Amino acid sequence: MADINLSRITKCFGDYRALNQVSLDISDGEFVALLGPSGCGKTTLLRLMAGFEEPGEGQISIGGQVVADPAKGVMVSPEDRNLGIVFQSYALWPHMSVSRNVGYPLEVRGMNRADRDRRISEALDIVALGPYADRSPAELSGGQRQRVALARCLVMEPRAVLLDEPLANLDVHLRETMQQAFLDFHRRTGATMIYVTHDQAEAMAMADRIAVMDKGHIRQMAAPETLYREPADHMVAGFVGAGSVLPITGVEVENGGTCSVKLGDTRIAARVCPKLASSGHINGQAGLCLRPEDVWVEDEAPLRGKVEDCVYLGGRFRLSVRIDDEHTLPVYANRRARVGEPVGLKVADGWVFDRLAGEVA
Amino acid sequence: MQATGRLRGALPGIMTRSTGNRSSDRLLYWLLLPVFVISILPIVRLAFEGVFVGGVPSLDYFRDVLGSGATWQATANSLYTAGLGTIISLLIGGAFAFLVALTDVRAKAALVFCFMIPMMIPPQITALSWVQLTGPSSALLNAFGMAPPMGSPQPLYSAEGIALLLGIQHASIVFLTLRANLRMIPREQIEAARLAGARGGRLWWQIILPLTSPGLIAGTAMAFVTALGNFGIPAMLGIPANYPTLPTLIYQKLAGFGPSVLGEVSVLAMLIGAIAICGVAIHHRLLANRDYRLMGMVGRPLDIRLGARRSLVETVLWAALIAILVVPLMALIATSLVPAFGVKLDFTNFSFDAFNQVLFVQPSTIRAFHNSFLLSVGAAVMLVLVCLPLAYVMVRKPSKLTKLINLLIEVPYALPGVVLAIACILLFIKIPVIEISLYGTLGIIFIAYLARFLVIALRPVMNSFTQLDPALEEAAQACGAGLGRRLRDVLLPLAAPSAAAGALLVFLTAFNELTVSALLWSAGNETLGVLIFNLDDSGDTVLASAVAVLVVLVVIALMSCFQLASRRLPKGVVPWQT
Ligand SMILES: Nc1ncnc2c1ncn2[C@@H]1O[C@H](COP(=O)(O)OP(=O)(O)OP(=O)(O)O)[C@@H](O)[C@H]1O
Ligand SMILES: [Mg+2]
Repeated sequence: MADINLSRITKCFGDYRALNQVSLDISDGEFVALLGPSGCGKTTLLRLMAGFEEPGEGQISIGGQVVADPAKGVMVSPEDRNLGIVFQSYALWPHMSVSRNVGYPLEVRGMNRADRDRRISEALDIVALGPYADRSPAELSGGQRQRVALARCLVMEPRAVLLDEPLANLDVHLRETMQQAFLDFHRRTGATMIYVTHDQAEAMAMADRIAVMDKGHIRQMAAPETLYREPADHMVAGFVGAGSVLPITGVEVENGGTCSVKLGDTRIAARVCPKLASSGHINGQAGLCLRPEDVWVEDEAPLRGKVEDCVYLGGRFRLSVRIDDEHTLPVYANRRARVGEPVGLKVADGWVFDRLAGEVA
Repeated sequence: MQATGRLRGALPGIMTRSTGNRSSDRLLYWLLLPVFVISILPIVRLAFEGVFVGGVPSLDYFRDVLGSGATWQATANSLYTAGLGTIISLLIGGAFAFLVALTDVRAKAALVFCFMIPMMIPPQITALSWVQLTGPSSALLNAFGMAPPMGSPQPLYSAEGIALLLGIQHASIVFLTLRANLRMIPREQIEAARLAGARGGRLWWQIILPLTSPGLIAGTAMAFVTALGNFGIPAMLGIPANYPTLPTLIYQKLAGFGPSVLGEVSVLAMLIGAIAICGVAIHHRLLANRDYRLMGMVGRPLDIRLGARRSLVETVLWAALIAILVVPLMALIATSLVPAFGVKLDFTNFSFDAFNQVLFVQPSTIRAFHNSFLLSVGAAVMLVLVCLPLAYVMVRKPSKLTKLINLLIEVPYALPGVVLAIACILLFIKIPVIEISLYGTLGIIFIAYLARFLVIALRPVMNSFTQLDPALEEAAQACGAGLGRRLRDVLLPLAAPSAAAGALLVFLTAFNELTVSALLWSAGNETLGVLIFNLDDSGDTVLASAVAVLVVLVVIALMSCFQLASRRLPKGVVPWQT
């Protein structure tokens, strides 16, 4: 009903290309997170879907209907798209009470008073703001305002919900409650959700798929575990997870998608990206992505290094271990280590990919 | 009507370029049509007089007028007095707006209330009362024995005198525009600056002033354009001093009535229009570079604490009010009470004869009150209704056409009222197509008022739309609200304070407007301004003063009614309420 397809969307602000040839296919009922550093174009992409911006090139369709296509002069206005949106800046109307703010979409749709009041109080209960119904938005805290904006979006049961960093202002506890509220809402209604965030833990925890953006491009769109285990390029590998990317040489491809990599004075086994394996010039541009949970301290292991840093994370420590001039590995350990202490490392898994992919685009 | 056809032809191109392509969006553009007909067409019609000599296109009038030294002398004088006057308005109005809106001075409502009054006194009355106040025959000064000796020169009969009165007269314009802007500054933006360590002068210069610069620029432009077209003050002060400005030059040409008078007046009008458009173009250029949308919640007003200096600031504010309001008003009242003009007023010889005469003997006073009330309230209501959608189009969907109209609507306001009146007569004496004449009815005055005051109502609303966080409207759009609903439910309530400020400005300016109606009135259709002028002109200065006093009293009474009703109106609608 509400799959969203973007094909080769470009959006310029003056000379600046905020989005460059972005294609994205979101299927009906999917929960997609847009993840990326600040200024990469997430909000712009969301505003294009909502219809507040018109693409320079490309085509957007929602539920099979083309809603924007500059080539054909098609542009469906936002009020006819039936999408819910929660803005980064809340966008509550200061002259309306909380309950009128929340009930406004229903008012526009001409729902009768009784039904409206019922839906408003349900929505306010979801965001735990029942007692605040008669206040004005100016009398709420930042987090409360954001929750009102959420309730306003949820109350209209839109076919797709666009959320622009909706939880950025909430405390950890409330954030978890709200995440649960989103997931419940998603399960209950089956609405398509597009969730902009720069918090990768949040994206991983909630989304079916994550699109990682950088400088107006989508670098990779995949399920969280794929993104984590098999990043497509350097930017994704570095941005997602607390891993590190090492330039490597001496890669020997084996059968079944694995390879052996020279690291320090030893060799380790790793998975390899099929595209890179088949490309031929593997040794010039390969990178190794290591996740700290795949590396651990083992005193007799042949791979040796010196501890450079040790951080307590609650329950375990994260070490940075330097094995030679250009390579530092992230490691989880169960005990504190002194800086400068020599340790042995065992590497259980790694991911070899094309380090230069996407850099020129 | 060729121009109308061209406009129609231009419409589809603009529509496809706009973001939305819904019919309601398209409807908005049709709004530009009546605006074009009412406020731009008369001027175009007048311009024809300047470029046709005896029905043949010719630049003769241009050569004559632009080749004459008197024209350039008057232009220089106009620029000097309007420029200096604007600076004075900016200083007075700006200081009042900042202090009242942002600090913890007491009795704000009273201060604002009193500050609004000077602009309700018609310019020629202001000039009259100041002349009476400062001259050798001053009723008030003579009562205290402080009048300058007979025969000494009147100090206000000078360029600086004109500028001073223009400045005082238009300070309220700067004040109102700026204050509407100041109300919309979210507290957080100033608090953030204070936390960043900005204090005192730095806070004012680096944060508050830039944030309010759209309002300051808009107010300055409006005060300048108003001062440029003002006729009453340069006529009362400049003609005796032999100091011509463009409006008085036009007046003298009209009084001369030669065969070429219309053509020459048309060229002079184009000159004033060009200066006004330059001023406004600079204003738009300045504003274009600043997109200071104010993000965050508006609502809680600011109260910067003045501390120990508060009493001093309050004293200065009230002293200024006394100087610019109470004293000339006293002079006016004193004149209305003397038994005959020039007679020394004391406690034994004052009389209410003049009031008795104008209220109960002459029926024209009541009739004029009725007419002016009808015209000014009608114009204010009508203009606000038009300005909300119009400002929306201009701010949110700008195109070449809206930018052009935006500049052109400034012209009817900047032209001296007499010129606009001539333009309206030329166009509406016999309306093409329907063959009806509006001349000799209230209708032609009403249309002229709509043309003239459109800008006053439009600017504050445009200003507040510029500053609204667009997400507020987008949120409503995402909720499914179409354009009409968004205007009604979201934009209108948020723009209500500025719209009300605009409406009030229109009402107050129109209520005792003189120069437009001076040519358009007819028996039974006289306005207050005309009545006062005619009385004064025929030597009944005392009666004129009495009517003027009555006008001020009525306006104060009306303002008090607003004050009483203010609790039921949305916050910020009544401009002098905090
Ligand atoms: N109206 C605009 N005019 C000019 N440039 C713009 C405009 N809107 C966005 N940009 C630019 O486009 C780029 C992408 O902006 P966008 O708001 O989409 O970033 P974002 O990914 O949402 O960042 P954040 O996480 O900080 O919210 C930015 O570099 C921004 O400066
Ligand atoms: Mg953003």
